[in-house]
Amino acid sequence: MSRAALLVLADGRFPAGGHAHSGGAEAAVKAGRITGAESLEDFCRGRLHTAGLVAASLAAAAALGVDVVALDEAADARTPSPALRTAARKLGRQLMRAARATWPSEELDAVAREFPKGAHQPVVLGVAARAAGLGAVDAAYCAAYESVSGPASATVRLLSLDPFDATAVLARLAPEMDRVADRAVEAGRAVVGGGVDELPAASAPLLEIGAEVHAAWAVRLFAS
Amino acid sequence: MTAVAGGVRALARIVARQDGRGGTSLPVLDGEGPLALRRTRSSGAEARVVVVGAMSGPLGGDHFTVEADVEAGARLHVGSAAATIALPGQAKGEARYDVRLSVADGGELHWLPEQLISARGSDLHVTTRVDVGASGRLVLREEQVLGRVGEEPGRLSSRIRVGVAGRVVLDQELACGPGAPGGWDGPAGLGGCRAVGQLVVVRPEFADAPVAARVLGDHAAVLPLAGPAALVSAVAADALRLRGLLDEALEALDSLG
Repeated sequence: MSRAALLVLADGRFPAGGHAHSGGAEAAVKAGRITGAESLEDFCRGRLHTAGLVAASLAAAAALGVDVVALDEAADARTPSPALRTAARKLGRQLMRAARATWPSEELDAVAREFPKGAHQPVVLGVAARAAGLGAVDAAYCAAYESVSGPASATVRLLSLDPFDATAVLARLAPEMDRVADRAVEAGRAVVGGGVDELPAASAPLLEIGAEVHAAWAVRLFAS
Repeated sequence: MTAVAGGVRALARIVARQDGRGGTSLPVLDGEGPLALRRTRSSGAEARVVVVGAMSGPLGGDHFTVEADVEAGARLHVGSAAATIALPGQAKGEARYDVRLSVADGGELHWLPEQLISARGSDLHVTTRVDVGASGRLVLREEQVLGRVGEEPGRLSSRIRVGVAGRVVLDQELACGPGAPGGWDGPAGLGGCRAVGQLVVVRPEFADAPVAARVLGDHAAVLPLAGPAALVSAVAADALRLRGLLDEALEALDSLG
């Protein structure tokens, strides 16, 4: 494998559309739950250990070659908010387009045919990692990192937060991202033998509720 | 019920069956100790059961299991006489509370227990697994209250998995209290709220006419799931306000038909 391929896939400039999504930060800022670096960190920590862990586990399992249809159904069951399911599929479709152009692969083509409207983004991420010659741990790290880097960069725009402060939040969360990626790879391996019920199902109530509140707004800066 | 080193094991079982006269009989109604069961007055075709806590708990080390099977065409309503309080107890280790429910085709289950209160120092893991047949119906409520008034909560994790016609439509776990992964009480998790609840509604007609997503204020939402089911998710400052939100949401769902 090429370690540099991980940097390409994880780069915020990889053209997969993630910059248009705030990961729930816009709703939390509007509701006054994120007001600065400290509450951003608390938000990101909560997202990392819930939606981030689930996404990283899905990505790890997909990177290990687990059936994507079963993983996609498991992602649906772990995403009760329809606004978040729609966002995840939209992001999955955009990532699919970018990944197929970057790392042409039969497997990516097959998933694209199976899910013309897009599969859940972490599932596509795992398959893309395979196509790039990366492993489950790389896919898990990408998903865990994205689960917090999205809200952090969105909050810089939403609150005019100092970008240095936002980046420091990410750095402080690094040890927890390591643990989440480890757990996700373990879960991904368990899925290979035991099926998708082995995936974690950690949830964050205000992320789900906030996503619906956000989807009901007439005007918003971010898509989700 | 058996008291084993480290805690109490208790099992309650209910089987609901059509009685052939338009009502529902309960050929199995077995409870013990902390999970004593009482049949109460039926209403129409529905049998009603109340779980009566005959002792406090679950305490650390206890393991409670409740199983209810609603057979084809039967209708069962289960409630509880009072809130369940998770307490620390003398035995070391976590307590477990497992709920296993099944609803066969044409059956209907209303599973509406009172709140689960996580008291300071307690450590409880709840799992709820429900399997509903393709034409089965379900209303299930879960409410978790973190601490008694003014009290810090214990450790609580609660995982619920609901399958309809063999497909899992909801799988989610909530973890909170001391020792839970970080951020559970923050702006993504509970945002300082001390009561959190879910209402799961499964109806075959949702397959063709799913409910529309809607928000009830800033702290509750009706969420159509990927399948013939809907989840109401809510957080609130206290148990009373939480119940108000869930009742309001259920009324809104009922008014759809």
